[in-house]
Amino acid sequence: MSAALETVNLAAGLTGNIASVGYGLAAIGPGVGVGIIFGNGTQALARQPEAAGLIRTNQIMGFAFCEALALIGIVMGYAYK
Amino acid sequence: MSAETMLAFDTECHLFIPGCGFEAPGLHSFVFDPLFKVGGYEFNKPMLLALLSTVVVVWFFWAAFGKAKVVPGKLQMIGEVGYDFVRRGLVYDALGKKEGEKYVPLMVSLFFFVWIMNIWSIIPIAQFPVTSIISFPIGLALIVYILWVYLTFKKHGFVGGWKNITGWDRSLGWVLPLIVVIEFFSNLLVRPFTHAVRLFANMFAGHLLIVMFTIATWYLANGLGFVYAGASFLMTIAMTAFELFIQAIQAYVFVLLACNYVQGALAEHH
Repeated sequence: MSAALETVNLAAGLTGNIASVGYGLAAIGPGVGVGIIFGNGTQALARQPEAAGLIRTNQIMGFAFCEALALIGIVMGYAYK
Repeated sequence: MSAETMLAFDTECHLFIPGCGFEAPGLHSFVFDPLFKVGGYEFNKPMLLALLSTVVVVWFFWAAFGKAKVVPGKLQMIGEVGYDFVRRGLVYDALGKKEGEKYVPLMVSLFFFVWIMNIWSIIPIAQFPVTSIISFPIGLALIVYILWVYLTFKKHGFVGGWKNITGWDRSLGWVLPLIVVIEFFSNLLVRPFTHAVRLFANMFAGHLLIVMFTIATWYLANGLGFVYAGASFLMTIAMTAFELFIQAIQAYVFVLLACNYVQGALAEHH
């Protein structure tokens, strides 16, 4: 952990690794994003059931793009020990 | 095979035993002692599983299509369903029937190879997703990366290829330099990185979850802790089922993105 982070931890009275807090913050964005994608995907499916295949493919692709951020967050917790 | 080469955690420790505590899974859960060495080259469990995945995929498709009949048998039936799923559901959708046919074998092999490598995560004794070692996804993502960069320059020529990669479009006006820089970084540098990391991190996180609850079950299994161990064990089973779903999704996403990248390379306008 860098010196600056160390100081912040001391000032806030934190002990241990701050990475878990960081991951909590990092998960907010992707969480909202995945919610939007599946919400709108379901809406699209309800409006136009014929296009189910196309919608589902794009839905999963959007989900993958969005989720990548959360996953990078998980890995970074280990990278910045 | 000793415990060190197969499991990566302490098996002696339990709740209420003084002198030891719960050791959460971490990066060390992904490091295995080598099974054997060949001239200084260490061969460990993930490599063995990767080799086995190759054998499984080759064996399955050989058995299914080695002696293909007009009226398919049971195995050929399953093989055809799998092959057609990737061909129609992924390749044809992204690339179209005419252009796509050439890439079907690559995509089918990628899909099943990645899927089998993921599935090792929940197979007893193996219980380790090979793709949670980042070098395996990087290798696979590099194949796709090299393919689409090669296709871009082959299809559009040198100048046209760069225009395709950087999203060159005169009608953008003064925003163009900005777009060129962003697209350059996003396409050439970030894209292969996220392509590999998406698969890796999913399997990494999934394996951590399962290992977490498994170790917790083992650790809690002592005295009164058995009550909690039961709950933890149920979570292990639930997570295993969830992982089965995630593994298939991730293999699907990996190939879906590969198809899209190839499609982007072949497209006239970016």
